[in-house]
Amino acid sequence: MSIDLTQFQQTFFEESLEGLDDMEANLLQLEVGAVDNEQINSIFRAAHSIKGGSATFGFEQIAGFTHVLETLLDEMREGKRDVTSDSVDVLLQSVDILRSMINAIQHESTYDEERAAVIQSRLEIMLQDGMSPATVIPATHGVADVSHAGLGWNISFTPHASMMQTGNDTVRILRELEEFGELNTVVDTNNIPDFDDYIPENSYLSWQLELRTDANKSTIDDVFAWVEDECELTITPIVDIDTIGAVSSPQSESEPATNTDIKPSLTVAQTRESKAKSTKTTETASIRVGIDKVDALINMVGELVITQSMLNQFAEREEVTAAQIEQLKNGLGQLERNTRELQESVMSIRMLPISFIFSRFPRMVHDLSSKLGKQIELIMTGEGTELDKTVMEKIGDPLVHLVRNAIDHGVESPEERAEKGKSAVGKVNLNAYHQGGNIVIEIIDDGAGLDKNRLLNKAREKGLVREDDILSEEQIYQLIFTPGFSTAEIVSDVSGRGVGMDVVNKNIISLGGSIDIESKLEIGTTFRVRLPLTLAILDGQTVKVGDEVYIIPLVSIRESIQIKQDMVRQVGGDMEVFKLRDEYLPIIRLHQVFEIERAVEEFENGLLVVVEGSGRRVGLFVDELLGQQQVVIKSLDTNFKKMAGISGATILGDGSVAIIIDIPGMVNLASIQNRDVKRAIA
Amino acid sequence: MTKVLAVDDSASMRQMVSFTLKGAGYDVVEAKDGVEALGIAKTTSFNLVITDVNMPNMDGISLIRELRTLPDYKFIPMLMLTTESGTDKKTEGKAAGATGWIVKPFNPDQLLATIKRVIG
Repeated sequence: MSIDLTQFQQTFFEESLEGLDDMEANLLQLEVGAVDNEQINSIFRAAHSIKGGSATFGFEQIAGFTHVLETLLDEMREGKRDVTSDSVDVLLQSVDILRSMINAIQHESTYDEERAAVIQSRLEIMLQDGMSPATVIPATHGVADVSHAGLGWNISFTPHASMMQTGNDTVRILRELEEFGELNTVVDTNNIPDFDDYIPENSYLSWQLELRTDANKSTIDDVFAWVEDECELTITPIVDIDTIGAVSSPQSESEPATNTDIKPSLTVAQTRESKAKSTKTTETASIRVGIDKVDALINMVGELVITQSMLNQFAEREEVTAAQIEQLKNGLGQLERNTRELQESVMSIRMLPISFIFSRFPRMVHDLSSKLGKQIELIMTGEGTELDKTVMEKIGDPLVHLVRNAIDHGVESPEERAEKGKSAVGKVNLNAYHQGGNIVIEIIDDGAGLDKNRLLNKAREKGLVREDDILSEEQIYQLIFTPGFSTAEIVSDVSGRGVGMDVVNKNIISLGGSIDIESKLEIGTTFRVRLPLTLAILDGQTVKVGDEVYIIPLVSIRESIQIKQDMVRQVGGDMEVFKLRDEYLPIIRLHQVFEIERAVEEFENGLLVVVEGSGRRVGLFVDELLGQQQVVIKSLDTNFKKMAGISGATILGDGSVAIIIDIPGMVNLASIQNRDVKRAIA
Repeated sequence: MTKVLAVDDSASMRQMVSFTLKGAGYDVVEAKDGVEALGIAKTTSFNLVITDVNMPNMDGISLIRELRTLPDYKFIPMLMLTTESGTDKKTEGKAAGATGWIVKPFNPDQLLATIKRVIG
């Protein structure tokens, strides 16, 4: 029977990666306080399962690596070995190696074999070091027994009374032996008691067997392996005819029974051609959804079906009474409720707790703090706060960078902290919560804080800010997001090359989010990342341009004002700017961008919506504001093609399509225009 | 139809055992640990139990010990899935009432051959 084992591989990868996550989490907790047996046990179990699975599914390298790991863990579990911070460190690194091995197989790529070999040898050295002479595994016994393939074997077999109570059965053993050659059996029934004393669950027979075979002794041993402690067993080679006679003679009183009724009746199970296609281990994105969410969904679909059938009765009627119209209205109201609930419920399926990201931080903080010689306590709150899976995938890396930054640049060394009278252990706090339609993630450290003057000097040095520019506190802090800006005096390999913070900022903005900084010198810094809960739904402001309706994301709108023609100045050709307080803002006429006729052209009759994107502001000129509503974003890329200045489209209540304006894209359009204008002037 | 209870905390091993046995015409019920298996075994009767040893909640050896106390399971074959490093486990398992063991790693053919030793 050939079964294609590759079909189980995907499950093996998934469970192994999960096991490794558990292992890591437990290892990180081991350090704190006394060692908990259940923790060691579950770490051991994870390694043990991975070893078993990898060997079964043919991943020799993983099996080899986990074997050493498992042995080490087994000793810790049995209390033969102490759990030191050094061993935890090696174990954590082993987790990394295994993870990369599994990923490499899964994605048919490579992993760092050199590092794997180094870690494996560290594990092996550790294993030998702590080994007391007593625990040295003895060489496998029975090696000396080089049994020849002779005439066969004489077997004397007396099961203990209780042998059958472990599910073993003499008949089956005899059948198995018979497969190796010619079997002669002599049964001794002398021990069968009187009927009154007879216990049907016990075995009373003993057997003298003569097996003519060329099978060697270990094959015969294997047959009895499961019962060797539950019987008297001797196995001796057949020498010649006389010897057999000698063996039989003590049995002379008993009735010799032959084994004619024991025929091999083992039918080979029908082998089935494995129809399973050689499933390539393609990775499909999947999410785990709580059963309660699925149940709620099914429940709601059920209600929807009821509402639908209720509404259906009206379709069959030719005339409708006033009372029935009332009923119809109720039905429609119910349909609306059902739809809304269904929408919320479907959205909630994509929502995952932020602990998916937070869970990687304890390890990272552990590694980083030991690397940098800092003592850091990581406090995480609000791990259950949910956000959309797509947002989650994109926010992971920026958050990692911010946490690294807090540890590397925020929290001071223990000595420095002691000098300042702070506790040697620095605190990094990760906090997530919902606020309005947003999720807020805070990264708070109690480190040195940002030095405004130093930031400003640095920016002036680099020519990012002019000498006479006056910046607000917030604006100064935002300087750290400028490309090429880094105040770190020593560039470490952890962070501080000045690439990074600008990328963090850019990523967060591209998700429709924002990041603010609060800082107090010597007290600490708070980075506050604000993100929309989902990328599928957006709070929009509908605006009218000619006969068309457009949607501007509400988060981008700063204000809407009415301006007069004389406030607008013409710069180079057709570029219009107007002065808003101290700032000149370019004006983008949406009707020009989208070539719409019959739109308002005089500033006095329309409205200017001031929006901010990519850190710059522009004024979008529209006919009028209509209203605010939540819209479901339909991607233009998938249905049409990507267009500059447009992030997608949506379907409005009346069935018409409205374009959603991509604000950063619009701002870029304006700057291109600006550049063209400047070039034209030059 | 021969009913088999397959117990393992690893989903991939469980799938493999179950798929192999179903292919050979057995009726298989899966359980993910000893506690779940014991619950199932009390309401359904089986002709064979195959269990992993290392599992959370209740390990395979405790499961076998518990099952042997039930009248229906006194003579039912029970096999442990164990690793070669687990010599102590074999002895411990036998003492708890295990019929025998299958050493990991094994392939589907070895599994079927071993099962045929205990049920035919």
